Amino acid sequence: MRYHAPSSVAEAVKLAAGTTGITRFLSGGTDVLVQLRAGMVTPDDLIDLKKIPGLHDITKTADGGWRIGATVSGAEMRRHAALCADWPGVVEGMNLVGSTQVQGRATLAGNLCNGSPAADSVPGMVAAGARVVVTGPNGTRDVAVEDIPAGPGRTKLQPGEMIEAVLLPPRGTQGGDAYLRFIPRTEMDIAVVGVGISLTLDGDKVVSARVSLGAVAPTVLLVDAAAKAIIGTTLDEAALAALATAVRAAATPISDKRGTAEFRKEVVGVLAGRAARIAYDRAKGAAK
Amino acid sequence: MAKDQTQGYRLIGTRPDRPDGLDKVTGRARYGADISAPGMLHAAVVRSPHAHAKILKIDATKALALPGVKAVITRADLPTGLTGEDWNLQENTLAGEKALYDGHAVAAVAATTKLIAQDAAKLVEVTYEVLPHVTDVDAAMAPGAPVIREGAADHSVPEGMHPNVVRYMDFGHGDMDAGFAAADLVREQSYKTEATHQGYIEPHACMAQMGADDRGEMWVCTQGHWYIRRMTSAVLGIDAAKLRVTPSEIGGGFGGKTTIFMEPLALALSQKAGGRPVKLVMSRSEVLRATGPTASASMDVKLGLKKDGTITAAQVKFRMQGGPYIGSSPVGEALSCAFACYDVPNVMHEGYEVLANRPKAAAYRAPGSPMAAFATESLLDEMCRELGLDPLKVRLKNAAKEGTKSSYGPTYNRIGLVESLEATMAHKNLLAPLGPNQGRGVASGFWFNWGGETSVSLCIGEDGTVTVSVGTPDIGGSRASIALMTAECLGIAYDKVRVNIVETGALGVNEPTHGSRATFASGLAAVEAAKQAMAEMCRRAAAEWDIDAEAVEWRDGAAHPAGPNAGKFPPLSIGEIGAKMGGTGGPISGHHEVTATTHGASFGVHVVDVEVDPETGRTTILRYLVVQDAGTAIHPAYVEGQYQGGAAQGIGWALNEEYVYGADGRLQNTVFLDYRVPVASDLPMIDTVIVEVPNPGHPYGVRGVGETGITPPLPAIANAIHAATGKRIRSLPMSPSKVLAAIKAQG
Repeated sequence: MRYHAPSSVAEAVKLAAGTTGITRFLSGGTDVLVQLRAGMVTPDDLIDLKKIPGLHDITKTADGGWRIGATVSGAEMRRHAALCADWPGVVEGMNLVGSTQVQGRATLAGNLCNGSPAADSVPGMVAAGARVVVTGPNGTRDVAVEDIPAGPGRTKLQPGEMIEAVLLPPRGTQGGDAYLRFIPRTEMDIAVVGVGISLTLDGDKVVSARVSLGAVAPTVLLVDAAAKAIIGTTLDEAALAALATAVRAAATPISDKRGTAEFRKEVVGVLAGRAARIAYDRAKGAAK
Repeated sequence: MAKDQTQGYRLIGTRPDRPDGLDKVTGRARYGADISAPGMLHAAVVRSPHAHAKILKIDATKALALPGVKAVITRADLPTGLTGEDWNLQENTLAGEKALYDGHAVAAVAATTKLIAQDAAKLVEVTYEVLPHVTDVDAAMAPGAPVIREGAADHSVPEGMHPNVVRYMDFGHGDMDAGFAAADLVREQSYKTEATHQGYIEPHACMAQMGADDRGEMWVCTQGHWYIRRMTSAVLGIDAAKLRVTPSEIGGGFGGKTTIFMEPLALALSQKAGGRPVKLVMSRSEVLRATGPTASASMDVKLGLKKDGTITAAQVKFRMQGGPYIGSSPVGEALSCAFACYDVPNVMHEGYEVLANRPKAAAYRAPGSPMAAFATESLLDEMCRELGLDPLKVRLKNAAKEGTKSSYGPTYNRIGLVESLEATMAHKNLLAPLGPNQGRGVASGFWFNWGGETSVSLCIGEDGTVTVSVGTPDIGGSRASIALMTAECLGIAYDKVRVNIVETGALGVNEPTHGSRATFASGLAAVEAAKQAMAEMCRRAAAEWDIDAEAVEWRDGAAHPAGPNAGKFPPLSIGEIGAKMGGTGGPISGHHEVTATTHGASFGVHVVDVEVDPETGRTTILRYLVVQDAGTAIHPAYVEGQYQGGAAQGIGWALNEEYVYGADGRLQNTVFLDYRVPVASDLPMIDTVIVEVPNPGHPYGVRGVGETGITPPLPAIANAIHAATGKRIRSLPMSPSKVLAAIKAQG
C-alpha cells in the first residue's frame, strides 16, 4: 500500500489518474480505515486530502450560499453558527454520523462517496439542493448530490475524480430544513429509514419543497410527488397524509438485518410527516 | 466513611475506592492483549465461511511460503482419542471432518507480524463440500432437518425423535390433573427467545509459549484460569501441571470466559514454531461468530390460577439449542428456574436439548433463567390481567420462602423474595404517573448462586499489612469486597489489605468467577484464612506474655489479654507481631480450601416503565427499578453495579439484541454496529434497592448478586409493552418492527 499526501487538488487528481489498482481518497478515514481494518478493502494507493490548503474551509459563496470543503468535519460544521442557522437539517444529518470521536473526523464528502444508501448526511444535502464540485483528469464539473450515488457502495464518479467541496444554495427567507432518521437505539446506529425535507414558505403556505429519502432504495431518492403533496398547503393533516402516501409509494426498501421492508415503508411515511413539521416550524422561526 | 445499610460492622457496607481503579482509569491495567514477550509471534485463525460443510482438504503450502510465516496448524496437529466434553472442546477449537457453524476454526497461522498472519490465513486453501444447515431450534428438531451428527444423542431421548435432539429431561412433583382442575383459569402459551451474546468489551486474547518438552506458560483473559489449564491441557494431551496459566485483568466475561475457544491454538502454534511465544487476539467479528452466546429457546408454558391469584399448577416444556455439541445449552437450569419464585404444589418440567449449526453456547449470566422467566413471568402477567389481579400481590401471595419446597426439588433455607416484593411495593416508582402510550411491567427473577472449589491463602507482612491470594479473577469488584471482609475480620484498615489474583501454580484448584461465587466463596475462604492467622498471632502473643493462648483474644487489629485473670499486658498489634515473627516461630499465614456448598439463592423484582411510539413501534425505557436480596452488601456500590448491569443486559436482550442469520446460515450482524447492545443514552439511571436478608451460610451473610438481575427484564419489559399498547409480544427481541406489526395487526 502506498500513502500519498498531495498538497493540491491538481496533484491529488494527477496521482489518482496514474494509479492502476484499488485507490481510495482519505479524508476523515472513518469509512476507509474501518473497511481496511475489517479486511473489506485493502487499497493499493491511499491519497490523503487533509494536507491540501483550502479543502478545510467553510466559506460563504458570492450568491449567499455555502461552500464546505471536502475535509471539513461534522464537528466543525456544528460549531459554525451561521451555517447551522441557514441549514440546520444538513448539519443535523451530518452530526448523526457516528460518535463524538467520529464527528471529529467524518466529512460530508466522505459520507457521500462511501455510497451507502443509509448515509445520514445525504438526504439532508439532496433536500437542500446541494451540489458537489467534482475534479478529475478532465477538469472540474459541478454535479447535483443526488446524481453521485450509483448503488450500495458505488458512485458515478469516474476513475481519478474526487469531490473538492459541497455547495449549498442560499437559504433565502422563510426557509427551513430538517433531517430525521429511524434507529432502534438512540445513538451509534445506521439509519433504518432517513428523511430530509427542505421547504420555503410564503406566510403560512409552503411555496417550494424538496423531499429526500434514505435507506429505502438502492440510492438516496428525491421524491417530486412528495414535494408536490405539500406545496401550496399549510401542512395540514390532509397534506401530511398525502406526503406520507407519496413517500411510501416512492420507497422500494429491502428487508435486511436492520429492518424489514414493510417496516421501512410504514415508517418512512411517519418520519416524513415529522420532518416536514420541524422544517415548517424552522421556516416560521426564520420568518420572524 | 458512612455506611449505608448494614448494621454492626466497621467496614462492611462502606464504599471505598476499588484497588484496581487507578490502574484502570489511567490505562495501566494489563488486559489480555497487553501482554507481550521478546520474539513473540502473532496468530490468525482460518474460519469456515459455511454453516455446515465437509472439510475435504486443507492446503497450507502457499501460506507457509509467505515470508514471516512460522507455523500453520490444523486438526491433524492435535491428539486423537478424546471423548465427551474434552472432544467437544477440541472439535470446537479446530474443526475435524466438518465445519459446524459459520466462523468455526479450521486452521491457525503464526507469523512475525499480525498483518502477515492475517495475509497467510487468507492463503490457506480449504476445500469444502457445503451441506444443508439449520439454525432455528424448532426447525432443527423437525422431520427432515439436516443431521448435525448421527449418534450424538444420549440415552435420555425418547425413541423416534430427530437425531438433533440429544438430551431429554423431566422432573416435577404433585398431581398435575388435580392442580389444573382446581384452577379457575388455565392458560397455555408458547414463547421464543433469540440467542444473545454476553457482549463483553474485551475480546478474547492470550499470549502463550510452549517448548518441545510440553512445558507451557499462558497469560490469558479469563474468568477461570484453572478451567483454562484443565481444558487446554486436555485438548492438547499434556499434563495439567506442565501448564502455568496467569490471568490478566478482564474486561467483562458474564460467563462467556469460563471456557476455552482459541487458547490451545496459541500453545500449539508456539510449540510448532520452536517455542517462540504467540499472541492471539480475536476481532469483534470473531467473538460474535465463534465464541459462545447463550442458547436460543422455544418454550410452552401452562399455568392454573384461582380467582384469588393462587397458583394451583404449573407446567413447562422447553426446547433449546446451544450449538453443535451436546451439553452446551442450559436447558436443565432453565427448567429449574422456571417456577423457582413460587410455592407451587403441582409442577412439571420437560426439556429438550437440540443441536444446530450455531457457535457452541457458553454460560451467560444466570444461564437459562432469563428465557424461562420470559415465558413463565409473561404468562403469569397475562393471566393476572385476565383476572384483574395486581401482579405484585399475586407474586407475594405465591412467593417461595424459608421452608418452601422449591419447584426444582430442594427446600429453601432463609431467602429474601418476600422482603424484596415488599420493598418493591413500597417504592416511589410505583406511584409515578403514566402518560399516553406508556405502561408499567413487573417481574420476579431467581438464580441459585454457587459455592464451588475454592482455595485462598493469606500472609501477614513484616509491617502488619496483609496479602490475600485468591484464584477468582476480579470482574465486578471482588478484590475490594474481599479486602473489606478480611480487614473487618482482622480489625485493621481496608487499605492495609491487598488482594491479588494469583496464577495456577500458587493455589489449589479454584473454579472460575462464575455462578456469582467470587465474593461469596473466595470471601468466605479469606475470612477463614484470616481467622487462622489471627489464632496464630494470638499464640505468638501468648508466648511473649507467657500465658495460655486461650487467655488471648483478638480485637481492633491487636492481641489483648482476654480478661483481668489473664494478666495485665499492653496489646500487641498486628504490626508488632509481624515485625517480630521471624524470631517467634516464622512466617504467619492462613490458608483455607473448601468446596463451598452453603451459598444462598438471590431473588429479585424489577419494575419498568416504558413508552412505545405507536407509529414506529420503538420502545423507550422511562424508568427502571431493581430490587434484589444481596444477603449482605459488602461493598454496596458494586452490588448496585451488578443490579444495573444485569438490567442493562436484559434490556438489550428484550429489545434489540439477536443473532441474525442469512439464508446461507452466515451470521449477518458480526459487529457492534448491528449487534445492538444498548448504548448509554438508551438507558435511564437504573434505580436500585438492596434488600439484605443475610445468608446463614456465610460469615458475613453474603449471597451472590451477579446474575439474578438479568432474569426479570425480559418479561418485565414484555409486560410493560403490553400495558402500553394492549399487545402481547411472545418472542424476543421486541424490536420496533415486531412491535409495530403487533400494533398494526387486527384485534
